[in-house]
Amino acid sequence: MTMLYRIRLPDHASFEDWRPLARQCFLAGLHPHEVEWCTTSEDATLFDLATTLPPAQTGRISPVLRNTCLALLKSMLRHASKDRFALAYRILCRAQQEPALASITVDPDIAQALRMDHQVRRDAHKMKAFVRFRECGADTENTRRNFLAWFEPDHYILSTVASFFTKRFADMDWVILTPKGSIAWNGERCALSHKPCEKASVDDQIDALWQTYYVSIFNPARIKTKAMRSEMPRKYWKNLPETQLIPQMLADAEKRVAEMAAQQPKAPPKFHTSLQKRSHNDTPPQTG
Amino acid sequence: MKHSLTSRLAILSDAAKYDASCSSSGAGKRDSAATKGLGSTSNGICHAYTPDGRCISLLKILLTNFCIYDCAYCINRSSSNVQRARFTADEVVWLTLEFYRRNYIEGLFLSSGIIRSSDDTMGQMVRVARELRLTHGFRGYIHLKTIPNASPALLAEAGLYADRLSINVEMPTESGLAAYAPQKHASEIRHSMGEMRTHIDAGKEKTLSGKKAPRFAPGGQSTQMIVGADAASDRDILGSSSSLYTGYRLRRVYYSAFSPIPDASSLLPVKAPPLLREHRLYQADWLFRFYGFQFAEITADRPDGMLDLELDPKLAWALANRALFPVDLNRASREMLLRVPGLGVRSVTAILAARRHRHLRLEDLAKLNVSLRKVKPFLYTTGWSPTRLADRQDLRALFVPPPQQLSLL
Ligand code: SF4
Repeated sequence: MTMLYRIRLPDHASFEDWRPLARQCFLAGLHPHEVEWCTTSEDATLFDLATTLPPAQTGRISPVLRNTCLALLKSMLRHASKDRFALAYRILCRAQQEPALASITVDPDIAQALRMDHQVRRDAHKMKAFVRFRECGADTENTRRNFLAWFEPDHYILSTVASFFTKRFADMDWVILTPKGSIAWNGERCALSHKPCEKASVDDQIDALWQTYYVSIFNPARIKTKAMRSEMPRKYWKNLPETQLIPQMLADAEKRVAEMAAQQPKAPPKFHTSLQKRSHNDTPPQTG
Repeated sequence: MKHSLTSRLAILSDAAKYDASCSSSGAGKRDSAATKGLGSTSNGICHAYTPDGRCISLLKILLTNFCIYDCAYCINRSSSNVQRARFTADEVVWLTLEFYRRNYIEGLFLSSGIIRSSDDTMGQMVRVARELRLTHGFRGYIHLKTIPNASPALLAEAGLYADRLSINVEMPTESGLAAYAPQKHASEIRHSMGEMRTHIDAGKEKTLSGKKAPRFAPGGQSTQMIVGADAASDRDILGSSSSLYTGYRLRRVYYSAFSPIPDASSLLPVKAPPLLREHRLYQADWLFRFYGFQFAEITADRPDGMLDLELDPKLAWALANRALFPVDLNRASREMLLRVPGLGVRSVTAILAARRHRHLRLEDLAKLNVSLRKVKPFLYTTGWSPTRLADRQDLRALFVPPPQQLSLL
């Protein structure tokens, strides 16, 4: 009977955490089905499995990966799925015999990894879009302005999005808190933590101006809520200052459109009449 | 009466919403890592969506909605009774920066009604952009709507600060423009576009001495056409797009279904065109920009020059050219695969990558999230050979979706 091994990784473990263990397993000649990968918060299976990995087999050479495959593993290992480590190890082992594996987009393992990669990217993209900073009172010994944001990402993406925020909001101090850790910036240093945070929020008066803008830029004569929800799924709504207005905007829309349809032509304002007169009397206004 | 900042924001964003453009892409890479200031570019992040399905990427506002022109389709025309307001340049700068700091937006899209003269209005707008860039070191996105006939010096300065410039052609045909915007002239609009193109092209080149030419709107120029206000057909509209893209190298042409507005002019049709028409035009535009289609072929088989509202233009084209299908999944060129209804650019790239290593069967496509039902009639491979489409009767009936009841949310 073959021996089975269990490897436990922290929930947030990334490619960097997985890599040395995967290497060790590979050098010890372990098949994908001989390793059970799990995370610290997960209940292990009933069986007691060995947790000390066997030594490397003599003469076994280190695994190699093409760049596309390496990039794919790095990305898909940010996914929150607990199966990610096992899938990544299976791809690593298979790629040794099938070097072009990662390009075979129709292979079931690769298709799955690509799906995860896609979800991770989308999550990062949505985080860049939907984080909302709110200003916290000015720090007395600091002239820099101070902001706080709360966001709930689906995957472990903080390290990939951090530089986007530091390079964009360089001149302010800010913290982004999430259930999967935090990013903090003080103009010089970016501090990343995996420690889960509690939801926190502050009131910011500018949110009211933003809401005014959101309501006014909406055109009640075109309702396309499906398009809106596919790009801004409901799960994000609770942390966005503007989305609470949507039900009212929709409720008013019909009335506003009916009013526009019923309106009678009105006499133009005085301003217009005098403009028209002027353009008839002297030179026509500049055209454009 | 003086309005509060909030009510002016409401008036001047309400006045700006009929401009469909909100894109913040094409500016090139730029950030504040070295300058320690504020702002960076992205490939067009949408920070919010409104229930009309449009994305909010930029703070899209007018400097003022006072206007001495009387364009029939416009909410700001001089004969309209809407409330009027104006911002000072400083107020726009402040709003842009405060919104930006909260990550609501990628930057500013500023346009304006025409007050006093073209140069006066353009000068105010350039001032906003200059302050943002020079006084505040803002490195986010700026899109300025240029005013026709503004002086070359102002245009050059606008190009120095803005990522994108635009001028709306408004109507797909010259006669449409003459009827609805008597004070605007198609030739002047085209002339301004030509000037901008020359500046934009020059901005990308090195001068003779090897120095870089002064920056000029690296994100290019865009424009908008109003759909359904006049009698222009989709063929007229797309014909116009064709010359705008190729003749003036526009980055984007936007189509805006003419929308009911408060206090509308009696010149306008009472009924708005179906939103689906606008959607089909965007699909046709997309086929031109990413799928290698020419505009002329998209409408070639439409007797009245209107796109089919029931079928998307790619499917309609495939049915009209059914003799070309089915194509070999394992051998067809990229160009031909892109013409298969149901295959997007991403799936075509994935197919090309996979088939270098493996013979593909129809089932393999399911792993690429391709709908087999959609592509089946147009492809053949080992184990799958559909009836030749040309031999099928009642083909259209197969694809036309069953009638649906539309309802709010
Ligand atoms: S010039 Fe512009 S703002 Fe003025 S009426 Fe015409 S379209 Fe409207």
